[in-house]
Amino acid sequence: MDRSESLRAGAVRGITFFPWQAYLAALVFIAVLYWLFPGNLLFLTRVAILALLVMSLDLVTGYAGLPTLGHAALFGMGAYGAALCAKHLTGDPLLGLAVASGSGALLALVSGLFLVRYQGLAFLMLTIAVVQVMQNIASKLQSITGGDDGLSGFEVAPVFGRFEFDMFGVTGYWYSMILLLLSFIVLQRIMSSPFGLSCVGIRENRDRMSANGTRIYPQLVKLYVIAGAFAGLAGGISAQVNQIVGLDSMGFELSAEALVMLVLGGTGNLVGAIVGTALFSGIHHFAATANPFHWLFVIGGLLMIVVFLPKGALQLVARRLAGRVLSLFGRHA
Amino acid sequence: MLQLSNILIDGVVYGMVLFVISVGLSVTMGLMRFINLAHGAFAMAGGYLAAWLIREQGFPFFAGLALAIAATMALAAVLEAFVFRRLYARTELQQVLFTIGFTFFFIASVNFLAGAYIQQIPLPAWLQGSITLGARTLPTQRVLVAAMGLGVVLLLWLLIVRTRFGIWLRASVDNSAMSSSLGINIRLVQCATFAFGAGLAALGGVLGAELMPLEPYYPLKYLVLMLVVVAVGGLGSVSGTLCAALLLGIVDTASKYLASGFGNFFFYAAMILLLALRPHGILRRR
Amino acid sequence: MSLLKIESLRKSYGGLKVTDDVSFALSEGERMAIIGPNGAGKTTLISQVAGALSSDSGRIFLGGEDITAWPGHRRVGQGLVRTFQISKLAPDIPVIDQLALAIHQRDGSIRNMWRHKDSYAQVLDEASAILRSLHLSAAERRTPSEMAYGDQRLVEVALALVLKPRVLLLDEPMAGVPRSEAQLILDALERLPAKLAVIIIEHDMDLVFRFAQRILVLANGAVLADGTADEIRNNDIVRAVYLGKGGNS
Repeated sequence: MDRSESLRAGAVRGITFFPWQAYLAALVFIAVLYWLFPGNLLFLTRVAILALLVMSLDLVTGYAGLPTLGHAALFGMGAYGAALCAKHLTGDPLLGLAVASGSGALLALVSGLFLVRYQGLAFLMLTIAVVQVMQNIASKLQSITGGDDGLSGFEVAPVFGRFEFDMFGVTGYWYSMILLLLSFIVLQRIMSSPFGLSCVGIRENRDRMSANGTRIYPQLVKLYVIAGAFAGLAGGISAQVNQIVGLDSMGFELSAEALVMLVLGGTGNLVGAIVGTALFSGIHHFAATANPFHWLFVIGGLLMIVVFLPKGALQLVARRLAGRVLSLFGRHA
Repeated sequence: MLQLSNILIDGVVYGMVLFVISVGLSVTMGLMRFINLAHGAFAMAGGYLAAWLIREQGFPFFAGLALAIAATMALAAVLEAFVFRRLYARTELQQVLFTIGFTFFFIASVNFLAGAYIQQIPLPAWLQGSITLGARTLPTQRVLVAAMGLGVVLLLWLLIVRTRFGIWLRASVDNSAMSSSLGINIRLVQCATFAFGAGLAALGGVLGAELMPLEPYYPLKYLVLMLVVVAVGGLGSVSGTLCAALLLGIVDTASKYLASGFGNFFFYAAMILLLALRPHGILRRR
Repeated sequence: MSLLKIESLRKSYGGLKVTDDVSFALSEGERMAIIGPNGAGKTTLISQVAGALSSDSGRIFLGGEDITAWPGHRRVGQGLVRTFQISKLAPDIPVIDQLALAIHQRDGSIRNMWRHKDSYAQVLDEASAILRSLHLSAAERRTPSEMAYGDQRLVEVALALVLKPRVLLLDEPMAGVPRSEAQLILDALERLPAKLAVIIIEHDMDLVFRFAQRILVLANGAVLADGTADEIRNNDIVRAVYLGKGGNS
């Protein structure tokens, strides 16, 4: 087995190429969830949508090392994009998704060209400013966005002409889950490439990358646009599945929640994004039903604990489990 | 013309409140490089304690205020020494997350102990009236806030420029490794500064209770405001924070008077502009 | 025609002249050392040549082309590479990946978003080869945070070499390296490609006299002397200012 084969079969520090069996297993898992929790499809759908948002956040914060509290702007842009598409253009969901993704990417481009020149606290603050400004604009353009009441009254056509979006959420569930899986596959691919590695390089030592002759600014802008495309996609799915878009889809609170979810699950490897979202949403779901303030206790406590865990403890556990599973398929991790 | 002076006065008062609350955060971030997103909790603690002491326990206004500030400072000192200090060496993201978690926890605790409604701080009779200054009649409370704000500025100036502690502080902000090797007790400086900043936040919380109502979500609601002031003003810069707070206070007030439909738009637009031009702080050149 | 030509470079910070009318030319394969007391402006000079700092006046020519206005990354692309006094390595990325990043940058494949980074067999082989030549094969998958400092400095040299430089600027490669590991670096320096023009900033005089045919002495930002090792050794002014003052490092 020559060098590249042996390397490809293995994991290089968190950038793994999952074998196709893993994706099949994921598909099976999605089906199992569907079978086990038929009454919680709406909840699971929401988790899938948020997981996609958080994965896209992972690109910017986890891989490139730029913590942002403005990612919801891209989500919201996609949501409004898809909704407006359904309302004024066509009810075709896949086209709507294309519009959503494109809108997110566009906003990411416009804001990214400016934002990505900064780092650290300045960058963080500016992302907050962007999301607040966007929310203000959305609120002001009431005639288009519905303002505080939200944008509704649009109909989304059945997927492939057959699967209708109804209030039972069956179509919504499969729609969002499959899109989550596909997005995961694509993002994995992108972040395992030399481009993805260069983003990690930028995070770890910008001066080193510059010394190699790499231009940091264009790489980060490209990354930000990709992240925007997927965040927009998540927003679009949300709009289509829920058939309503509110101002909160473009809010600081959503951005903060996404960041918390990401960190809970672990940054820099996409899987953490999904795990963290599931964990956070699960806790929120159970704790909030009792008393809305109590879940703050739990989440607050969790966050404080997570910070003091050794670097990537959750990930270490996850990786060990993953290693065991993969070795069942005859691969080394 | 009347409106312009109203805007200026209200803007300055609002700016003063923002300054008093945020200056502690700015110095902490400059000194310990510690992003403390829980800073608002001290402002809230001060407000809640003052409300409880004055309203429930019958303390006179200034006594209650002083006690609330002292108690908050004590709380902050303990937290700094036993909890926050462990975070100084950690990454920015970890600090952000821990302090957000702490804030959530704090909010839930406050709600548990004091309920979810807005805390009112009753003002003594003499503060409820108006004062005539020259040609204008202003609510006494506003004048007090502005006066106390100025007092804080003066106090800080005296402290930082005129005392030995101030020299220690400035040296430590500039270069803490060097300072500690020169015999400056860094830990003491850090703890004292943190506590003092928290005390100022508590004062600001009480003074600003009318503009920024005290309820459990206070630290999160106004977090962004504080961060904006600190970021624009430059970490560790007292004068920068003052500048930024006044500027942003006036801009926000002006937009409330003149363009209320736009919400916070101008505030954030101003912030973007200022940060873009001076990412290291309004008065910094670096 | 000289490979690297510096013409009347000047830079001041306020009233302080950090680079004072510095000129010299370097040919292919020439090895030059820049020496001088601390604060003489050696690193500042290198930074200007590399494009990390801008000069107030003067010009820089690479292979005859005026590169004075070129940003740093463009100079790297044309073969002007520098290393740093304090190691600039990503602490937690495996060494072989860091080398691969440099190679990808050089070859342009850093833009690729579709192929797995480990599928580039040629890139990885090249990275392995250079690590092997520096006796660092065992460290291939290690991260800098897991390596001895001397090895880290070697990796830094490897990174510079992998960018296929025509001119290499080494800023105190021995700085911070314990005596026990110094030999590795010395060996590596001795085996640098013959056609490579090298400028090395160093305080270790043994190394300087062993490695460099030509020495540039800098003091207060200006060139004090420029000649062969022997000429410098026997230069009275230099001895007085630098070498003679118990200058033994």
